[in-house]
Amino acid sequence: MLHLALVGNPNCGKTALFNLLTGARQKVANYAGVTVERKEGSFTTAAGRSVRLLDLPGTYSLDAASPDEIITRDVCLGTVPGEPRPDVIVCVADATNLRLHLRFVLELKRLGRPMILALNMMDAARRRGIVIDVPALERRLGIPVVETVAVQRHGADALRARLDTAVAPASAPPADLDLHAEVRSLLDAAVTMPNRTAATDEALDRVLVHPVFGLAILAVVMFLIFQAVFSWAEPLMDGIEVAFGALGEWIGPALESMPLLQSLVVDGIIAGIGGVLVFLPQILILFLFILALEESGYLPRAAFLLDRLMLKVGLTGRSFIPLLSSFACAIPGIMATRSIQDPRDRLTTIMIAPLMTCSARLPVYTLLIAAFIPERTVAGAFNLQGIVLFSLYVGGIVSALAVAWVIKRLRKDKSEHALLMELPSYRIPHPRDLAIGLWERAMIFVKRVGGIILALTVILWFLSTFPAPPEGATEPAIDYSFAGRLGHALHAVFAPIGFNWQICIALVPGLAAREVAVASLATVYALGGNEDGLQAVVANEWTLATALSLLIWYVFAPMCLSTLATVRRETNSWRQVWIMTGYLFGLAYLASFITYRIALAWS
Amino acid sequence: MVRSIEPVSATDAVARRLRDLGFVDGEPVRIVGQGPFGGDPLLVQVGYTRFALRRAEAARVIVEGTP
Repeated sequence: MLHLALVGNPNCGKTALFNLLTGARQKVANYAGVTVERKEGSFTTAAGRSVRLLDLPGTYSLDAASPDEIITRDVCLGTVPGEPRPDVIVCVADATNLRLHLRFVLELKRLGRPMILALNMMDAARRRGIVIDVPALERRLGIPVVETVAVQRHGADALRARLDTAVAPASAPPADLDLHAEVRSLLDAAVTMPNRTAATDEALDRVLVHPVFGLAILAVVMFLIFQAVFSWAEPLMDGIEVAFGALGEWIGPALESMPLLQSLVVDGIIAGIGGVLVFLPQILILFLFILALEESGYLPRAAFLLDRLMLKVGLTGRSFIPLLSSFACAIPGIMATRSIQDPRDRLTTIMIAPLMTCSARLPVYTLLIAAFIPERTVAGAFNLQGIVLFSLYVGGIVSALAVAWVIKRLRKDKSEHALLMELPSYRIPHPRDLAIGLWERAMIFVKRVGGIILALTVILWFLSTFPAPPEGATEPAIDYSFAGRLGHALHAVFAPIGFNWQICIALVPGLAAREVAVASLATVYALGGNEDGLQAVVANEWTLATALSLLIWYVFAPMCLSTLATVRRETNSWRQVWIMTGYLFGLAYLASFITYRIALAWS
Repeated sequence: MVRSIEPVSATDAVARRLRDLGFVDGEPVRIVGQGPFGGDPLLVQVGYTRFALRRAEAARVIVEGTP
């Protein structure tokens, strides 16, 4: 078994090469004790030798500046506990950007490990008229050099074949060698480049980072994403709901002889699984956009455009990507903050990530908007319900900026924060990379929420079913259960902001994952004797003020224990978790209180 | 063209990273764009790569010659 590690500068096409080599045979986990994502896969060489391949985080230098870069350096050095030192390091370099990437190759050579240089994106280099004398480069570097094209089916065959021949340890260059001077001399000897940049990059950047057009395009892109998430996902979600309803009706009669088991299976388990899967369409559509923007090179441009604005509130342009990811789910978003090098910027980004409206809030929004906001077309083209949804998103963003601004004011350490961000060449995203990325995200979501939500739905079913009502009970059964008692007890706290006891019950399991709240409401009402659609029940039994108050509550409330657990892991501090919980709860209660009182006064 | 990088302190990680990214003596640099708010950050081309640098970071790069 050959242990191989892929290393290289960010944007060298390393992950695309990893996907090409390993296909679907990938395992995503974390390195022990830290939260850096560890991606491992396997493949076989041309002669059939099996290879374990590790995709290390991209880094510019072994002089590591972030947790990702420290992992890359330590794995190459073989100092990470439980991680075998790679037998061969495959250094990936973008053939169109050798001036930058060769310096890192030379730095890696200093480790004196067996090493292969993969000149990636050779197709793009040829198109741009870049000529690389590979034998000369190989001779000068003293390590094997292979050409790869990660976006072509046979693009890694040369690398596969080369692995069947033994690779000698690289000879370390002298310690005092000026790496930049050495790179220049390598380029002079082996590379001919007609132009400094690709014409398409020049042309696209002139528009996309233009102060006016660039911002306008960014706004349009963001708005389109949300309209798409709202309208494309709907038919799929309806289909899933119908399918699970039918499944319940089909299985239900088979268990008629055991009413308790029937209730557990239909109202607990099937309703719970359906309640999880129904959000997959929205998550997949949103991540499809995020992945495509990331792969195409547009996301760093968006970060560039927004940097100054985010700096004003104490963030960085780099915060943009984690925050955008938080719209799907704060958990991957918070995990993505690892790419922010400054620990203060990172902490602020983590703190406000839950204010980005995650997809788990959508079911609550969707339910209430559908029940209370008329479906009407405004200004000829826009759906009124879509506009309300958009405003809720904007509300979250504006308060996030306000919170970040306050954190910046409260911070004592006011020294400099760095940006230093590469804007890579534009490229067309490869369907394979999008598909693998989507599959990973979907699995993370299903695995993370699947178990938790299912367990909670069953617990809630238990709480709402036991104890059974006494003989001759006049109220609905749920009123006598544990859940009913808990809801009534919480009601005292939440009555001032207009929540009824059914909402209070639903909030409790909603702590594990926000999307559970809707499933819980359905369970509470279904078990309480209301068999109509939840939307109709809500429209009939709630006031507009209560609905608005709950909508606002969901903009702020720390309603997701998984997020808090992730914050604990990422910051390694319970204190930050309590600060986050406290401020979110306070904001939520205050905002809902104000909303409820104003709505009451107006209606 | 870059003349030198001026670190603001003895342990200036930003200056070190700038050098790693290719901002070294004699390297041609060009400002190709500016952020929409207050002209910050700068979009700088060095070698074959474009970087976004805040003005405070770019101030460490001492350049000479005419565009």
